[in-house]
Order: sequence, then C-alpha cells, then structure tokens
Amino acid sequence: MSAFTTLMRRDLQLMFRQGGGLGAALSFMLAFIVMIPLAIGPDQATLARLAPGLMWLALLLAVLLTTERMFQQDHEDGSLDLLNSASLPLELVCLAKAAAHWLAVGLPLAIIAAPLGILLNLSTDQIIPVMLAMITGSIALSLMASIAGAVTAGLRRGGLVVPLLVLPLYVPVLIFGIAASTGDLGPTGNLPALLVLLAIALVALVIQPWAAAAALRAYFR
Amino acid sequence: MKLIANALACERNGRVVFSGLNFAVAAGQLAELRGPNGSGKSSLLRLIAGLVPAAAGTVTLDPGNDTALPQHCHYIGHLDALKNAMTVRENILFWSCMLGGPGDATALDAFKLTHLADDPVQLLSAGQRRRLSLSRLLAAPRAIWLLDEPATALDVASQATLTNLIDTHLTSGGIVLAAIHGDGLRKPDHVIHLGPST
Repeated sequence: MSAFTTLMRRDLQLMFRQGGGLGAALSFMLAFIVMIPLAIGPDQATLARLAPGLMWLALLLAVLLTTERMFQQDHEDGSLDLLNSASLPLELVCLAKAAAHWLAVGLPLAIIAAPLGILLNLSTDQIIPVMLAMITGSIALSLMASIAGAVTAGLRRGGLVVPLLVLPLYVPVLIFGIAASTGDLGPTGNLPALLVLLAIALVALVIQPWAAAAALRAYFR
Repeated sequence: MKLIANALACERNGRVVFSGLNFAVAAGQLAELRGPNGSGKSSLLRLIAGLVPAAAGTVTLDPGNDTALPQHCHYIGHLDALKNAMTVRENILFWSCMLGGPGDATALDAFKLTHLADDPVQLLSAGQRRRLSLSRLLAAPRAIWLLDEPATALDVASQATLTNLIDTHLTSGGIVLAAIHGDGLRKPDHVIHLGPST
C-alpha cells in the first residue's frame, strides 16, 4: 500500500478512535441547528428563508472546530519530525491529511446537514441542491482548514488564531455556497454558482500542499 | 559512503550552539557525540535529520545521490512518535510504510515486542515505548542512524539488543551517530566532542 493511503488511513483511524473529530463537529452542528428555531422564533416563512445561510454557517463553524487538532498532535509527539524525512514529500503528507479530514469530517457533515435542514423548514426540493453545494464546498473548507492547522501546529493556544486565519478564506466559499444552495438545479439556476464553488475547491487543492508544507517547515528551525 | 561535516555551525534562537565543526564518519563506523547538557548534541542530530537549518557549513553524504540526506537517516529522538490510540503493530506498520520499508511487522521481533503486538501503545511502559521506537530502525532500511540517548529507559537485556543491532548495522556498512552520556554502548570509532554551552 502506498505511503499516501497509509497516512490517510491512519488519520481516519485516529479520528474515529479518539473522538474529537466527527463526533464533536456533528454534535456542535446538531446543537446549533436545534437552537436556531428557539432563538429566532417559530415563524416558518422566516426560518425557510434563513435556512440555507444558517446551515452553511453551521458547517463552517463545525469544520473550524476540528481544525486546530489536525497537525497539533503530530507536532507534539514527534511524528512530524519523522514525516519530514518520510518517503513521501511533505507536500503530499499535507494533502493526505487534508483528504483524511475531508473524508472524516467535511463529507459526513455535508451529507448530514441537508436532512437536518428540515428542522429549519427547508423545503424538500432544496435538500439536493444544498447537499451538492455543501459536498463541493466542504472540499475547499477541509483544504483551507488544513493550511490553518499547519500554521498553528506548534502553537499552544492555536485555536484562538485559527478563526482569524481561516474565516477570510471561507468568505468566498460561503457566498457561492449559499448561491448554489438556493434556486433550482440546472444551468439557469444554481449551476454557475456550483461551478464557481468547484473552481474554488480546485484552486485550494493546488495551493494547499505547498502552503501547508511551507507552514510546517517553518517549525523546523 | 561517508558522512562529512564541513565547518558546520548551528544557532538556536540567535545563540551559537556550536561552530566550525568538522568530522567524517565512514561506512561501518560509530561516532559518539559527547558533551554536557545544552552543548548541541541533539541539535547536531536534528541538523543532520533536516529538522534544524545549518547556520553555516554543510553536512553531506559522499557519494551523494538524488535522495536528500534526511531520507537516508533514521532519527530516534526524545519524542517517540507513537500514537496511543493505535496498537503496537499498527504503529510499526505505519512507520515501516512511511519510511520506505516493506510495510510488515517483523521489526517487532528484535526487541521482543511481538507478544504485545495487539495491545494499544497507551498501555506500554516507558522502556517498552523506547523499544518500539527503536524497532523503527529495522522497519525500514536506512543507512544512517541518528540516536539521541538511545539507551534511556532501556533494561540491561534491551541495551544488549541495541548494541547487537548497532553492530549488525555497522557490519553491513551503515553509519551510526549516537549522543550518549556515561558508558558507551560499544567502542566508538570517533568521538565528537561538543563544547560547553556559552
């Protein structure tokens, strides 16, 4: 088995065994969405109008919650020192970790969020567009989160800096994510926004390995 | 094959740890790093492993090839790079694969960890963790071993095993650099003295 898939599989194993990954993100998202009708009142029309935006916020914040730990543990226990001289370039190490994060956190959240939207009176024919947009957007979210995770790998209270680093990057994802979540499927509806979202994810895919690896190398001094 | 340091210097946080360091360790030779705490033994090993930049000078492998020096090295430092939530076998399989080895768990035999293979690392004692760390040396073939106080927490039998492994590695043309306090593991071919910290 190649080193890339081995690293991905180990990260997935660790995330499922130690908790703190999907479990924490999922319960956060659930709590967030359940609280919203209590906070803004039971008016169904208002809820339905706000639903896509609120769900995107829930997804963004839930992914943010898991960012800090992405590289921190490997930095603390010395794994990063060894990964630096692994048979895999550090760039691909970073990509493998981001891929594991997406599979363990981003993708499950994106799939679960849309059905949860029913709690916010999201109309049923919106569930598929929201899910598509979130799956595409979550790729970008995981990739960007891993850059911030790499920057804060060795910081004790990295969690305080992560939102400042990541939120500006998340803004375009949020804007086009919501545009792709509203409206009908198809070229006159949400397709243009969905394609822009995909483009953002692809740009993040190109930049992430170098950015994250450069951030990690800054700790080797 | 030869590991050559040429006027090597290292700075940590703006302070010179050592400078003007020259040595050449040939294949089949053990070099001991000696010096008081803070004299730069760990820094030198980390420098060779590519984890600390050289402030001046170079360290090279002669004859060199396309592979970068750190990828010829096994670095065993103070941090054990083990995951508590994974079993002994999973840890060694992971590192064997990541460091370019065959991806099997035969390396556990040397330090007699095979009977613990399915236990989570969390349950291991300090000495057992050290043995598992050292098992990485066998999990992937690499020419240069950088050992930072490798005998820490090891019992007498395991120290003898380590000495045997080093002997075997040297006989097969490997290079070993070890930072050591007190009695050495075996007779060194070189002793690299690092001065007191200034």
